[in-house]
Amino acid sequence: MKTTLKFVFVLSAIIVASAFSIKTDKDGYEIGDAATDFELENINGKMVSLSDYEDAKGFIVIFTCNTCPYAVANEDRIIALDKKYKPKGYPVIAINPNDPAAQPDDTMEKMQAKAKEKGFTFPYLMDKGQKIYPQYGATKTPHTYVLEKKNNEYIVQYIGAIDDSSRDPSAVKVKYVENAVNALLEGDKPEITTTKAIGCSIKTL
Amino acid sequence: MSSCKDEPRTDTKNLPEQEEVEVSNENIPTLNYNELKPLLNKKDDKTHVINFWATWCAPCVKELPYFEKIHKTYNDDNVEVILVSLDFPKKKESSLIPFVKKKNIQSKVLHLDDTKEQFWIGDIAESWSGALPATLIYNKDKRQFYEQSFTQEELETEIQTFLN
Repeated sequence: MKTTLKFVFVLSAIIVASAFSIKTDKDGYEIGDAATDFELENINGKMVSLSDYEDAKGFIVIFTCNTCPYAVANEDRIIALDKKYKPKGYPVIAINPNDPAAQPDDTMEKMQAKAKEKGFTFPYLMDKGQKIYPQYGATKTPHTYVLEKKNNEYIVQYIGAIDDSSRDPSAVKVKYVENAVNALLEGDKPEITTTKAIGCSIKTL
Repeated sequence: MSSCKDEPRTDTKNLPEQEEVEVSNENIPTLNYNELKPLLNKKDDKTHVINFWATWCAPCVKELPYFEKIHKTYNDDNVEVILVSLDFPKKKESSLIPFVKKKNIQSKVLHLDDTKEQFWIGDIAESWSGALPATLIYNKDKRQFYEQSFTQEELETEIQTFLN
């Protein structure tokens, strides 16, 4: 009886400890996880889902916004990615995760103005209600996820920065997202699957 | 104002400005990561609060007064605050220096200019994704990294856990 009690105690201690570690761990996807689809409003008023793209081989999902200097520094590179990889089956889907109540420069109207000014060639969606970015585990803008479509699932194959020089496009040496998508198009796994970069925290109230 | 005289000399050899605490923010030193790293790994008796911020980061700017209050009220408890700015190099003269002057910031301000983000973000804290604001609190016994914003109360509560 005593042993049983001891066992129960140890067991509950383990459960409590693991509950805590789950709590402190960052939520969000790891490489190999299946990412959720979504239905979010685009700047043209239409709703966009990954499942709309029947012919896509995958997606370059980028959480970005209007104002963050690191997001702004990457705008031209995001457009270039879409132009290069949309024809190859990997279109860019940009999602603005900021709550416009917390960041007044990220309203739908200002997103429309930004897309027009820069000539965005890809959907620029609003994460209304901020339901999607926490599932992905995005912490900042810009924050990129390369998804591979496999049996109608969207498998996370790369998480991180677009390249190794977020603030200065002229100093880029390694293009992480391009390398990852190129590898997937060849039927390989990306060599580098996660990277870090400075960015702006996602704005919430 | 805290004195630097107890600090090991090796830590400050690249940073002559550090000696001049009274006028510390008259001249904001720009460091690369190799120069910053010793300041994140001191083995002295102080508790070090290192806040990573930028003038363009609204939540960073919002919490700066909380760090300033820590700098003022915990001086006697051997707490040292350093505000590490990640403003773009070209904005140092036009944004960072005027901002620090206008806000009359009393904590030590440094400017980090190092493009090898892939290395130093993870070297500072494996858990850091790179989002700002972020804060490192450490002393010789304990080290914790926070990729989050603080309220004054939350920040003081955390610092207390290093002092007790």
